[in-house]
Amino acid sequence: MFYREAGQFKTSYAADSAILPIRQDRIFIIALLLFAFVAVPGLASDYLLSGILIPFLVLSLAALGLNLLTGYAGQLSLGSAAFMAVGAYATYNFMLRVPGMPLLLALVLGGLSAALVGVLFGLPSLRIKGFYLAVATLAAQFLVEWVFTKFPWFSNDSSSGVISSPVLSVFGITLDTPAEKYLLTLAIVALMALAAKNMVRSSLGRAWMAIRDMDVAAEVIGIRMLRTKLLAFAISSFYCGVAGALYAFVFLGTVDAQAFDLNRSFQILFMIIIGGVGSILGAFLGAAFIVLLPVLLNLAGQLLHGAVSSQFMSNLEMMIFGALIIFFLAVEPLGLARLWQISKEKLRLWPFPH
Amino acid sequence: MNPQHKTGDVILAAENISLSFGGVKALTDISLDVREHELLSIIGPNGAGKSSMLNVINGVYHPQQGQVTWRGKPRGAIHPHEAARMGIARTFQNIALFKGMSVLDNIMTGRNLKMHANFLQQALWWGRAQREEMAQREKVEQIIDFLEIQAIRKTPVGRLPYGLQKRVELARAIAAEPTLLLLDEPMAGMNVEEKQDMCRFILDINDAFGTTIVLIEHDMGVVMDISDRVIVLDYGKKIGDGTPHDVRNNPDVIAAYLGTRH
Repeated sequence: MFYREAGQFKTSYAADSAILPIRQDRIFIIALLLFAFVAVPGLASDYLLSGILIPFLVLSLAALGLNLLTGYAGQLSLGSAAFMAVGAYATYNFMLRVPGMPLLLALVLGGLSAALVGVLFGLPSLRIKGFYLAVATLAAQFLVEWVFTKFPWFSNDSSSGVISSPVLSVFGITLDTPAEKYLLTLAIVALMALAAKNMVRSSLGRAWMAIRDMDVAAEVIGIRMLRTKLLAFAISSFYCGVAGALYAFVFLGTVDAQAFDLNRSFQILFMIIIGGVGSILGAFLGAAFIVLLPVLLNLAGQLLHGAVSSQFMSNLEMMIFGALIIFFLAVEPLGLARLWQISKEKLRLWPFPH
Repeated sequence: MNPQHKTGDVILAAENISLSFGGVKALTDISLDVREHELLSIIGPNGAGKSSMLNVINGVYHPQQGQVTWRGKPRGAIHPHEAARMGIARTFQNIALFKGMSVLDNIMTGRNLKMHANFLQQALWWGRAQREEMAQREKVEQIIDFLEIQAIRKTPVGRLPYGLQKRVELARAIAAEPTLLLLDEPMAGMNVEEKQDMCRFILDINDAFGTTIVLIEHDMGVVMDISDRVIVLDYGKKIGDGTPHDVRNNPDVIAAYLGTRH
């Protein structure tokens, strides 16, 4: 940054453990939020809102959920899309079958359903670790997809297994336009990101990281494995569940179980690997990278329109995308969030090396 | 310092402990007791069963035979986190810090048992969660002052030199305000100055907080200087138990460990 914390003295532990201890950072974040809440809905086109920003926010939320589990608690999972599916289908059924169910309550209940399923599939984590656990969570992925395809009750007996968005209304306001849907998504994501940040900076987050870094020492300190790991699965799945419901109803509108297949789980895992494992910011950076970069490459490709065939162009986009992933991971294996942190530390001292 | 003045009742008694892994007998019929406020050292050659004994005391290993009694009550096969709740803390032979976390967070984790806010309060950073966080931070800062590691409190522990990592691990252990502190080779691999510092910290903890300490150490000079009592293990058996002076003159110990006098 081109500013330093000179002259800002902390006089209490509360000030020292604030999320943004430096005044300029606080101003920047407030400005960013104001811009996102006030300026963007007015300025951005409908395509930008519903085609890019909403999926970016929703997938950030899913990546955030996975990052709590994998990045903070160290439990590798390939079931994120399954938990998203549970959230989407549960929200759908709560809206459908309970008359007068408000959307926000249905989202919470959908998230809680996903949390319950998450706890169930988190039970093996007490015995197995690492790649083996990832394989065990694959069971969630396949079972959940199968259940929602096999039993038509979940999709209200629709012949194709497709569920469609109910009428979205919050506090009596019906959300029709992309701008309104964007604002709902942004508000939910912002609040849940703040909650996640608070959790990881308190004793729960430290217990998660302790288990991740050295599980024997964590237990010797008095951390209960069972409770802490299952809580990680529950909270992570809650985040994924809410993200799944938003993905289904706010972004896509109509959805079937195939929208939450293994590829989606991989996509979310790649987001946190590229963005930064064990970082809240990383979830957003990773989602931005995976969602926005193909769009940008596509736009760049259109500048060359006519010069090369569109077939070649789309292949080239894929190649550049892959090369960029390798480049960023080679430069900093801990992800974009770490890269950002390092550049901030360097800029703080600039122009001096130390 | 005269140990008779400060040691209290037996707080932990191990009776006839036998522990084996497959065919390997780590501990054979060992009985020992630990008295409140004392500084007890366990010595012995490599593989004598010293670390295994600590692992039995804090519930990492469960002996096949024998009984551990804590404050007069027999204790079944417990989990390490239950031992922590009884007031038993420890450090490890190979540093077992949480590498991805700062010094401050490592020591704060040592106080996790003192924090009772639920995750919803923590997510909102509200009420009890915030009050607890600040109150515990104050306690942790006292420990940071005590161990003189103020300058590194925000440093990730992975970046610290070995000697400081050992000190942070000690800080994390005493953050739990244990009744019984188990230290597994706290001075291994340290130079003379670092050893002197560590000895001073161990004695200060023992004096200031009355913490009972069980210490495993290979440096005989240190052991004989600071211990109230010394237990000697060899090949999983106890061959000596007494004051440093007694142990130094015990013929079995001299033969097995300190070497014969010429």
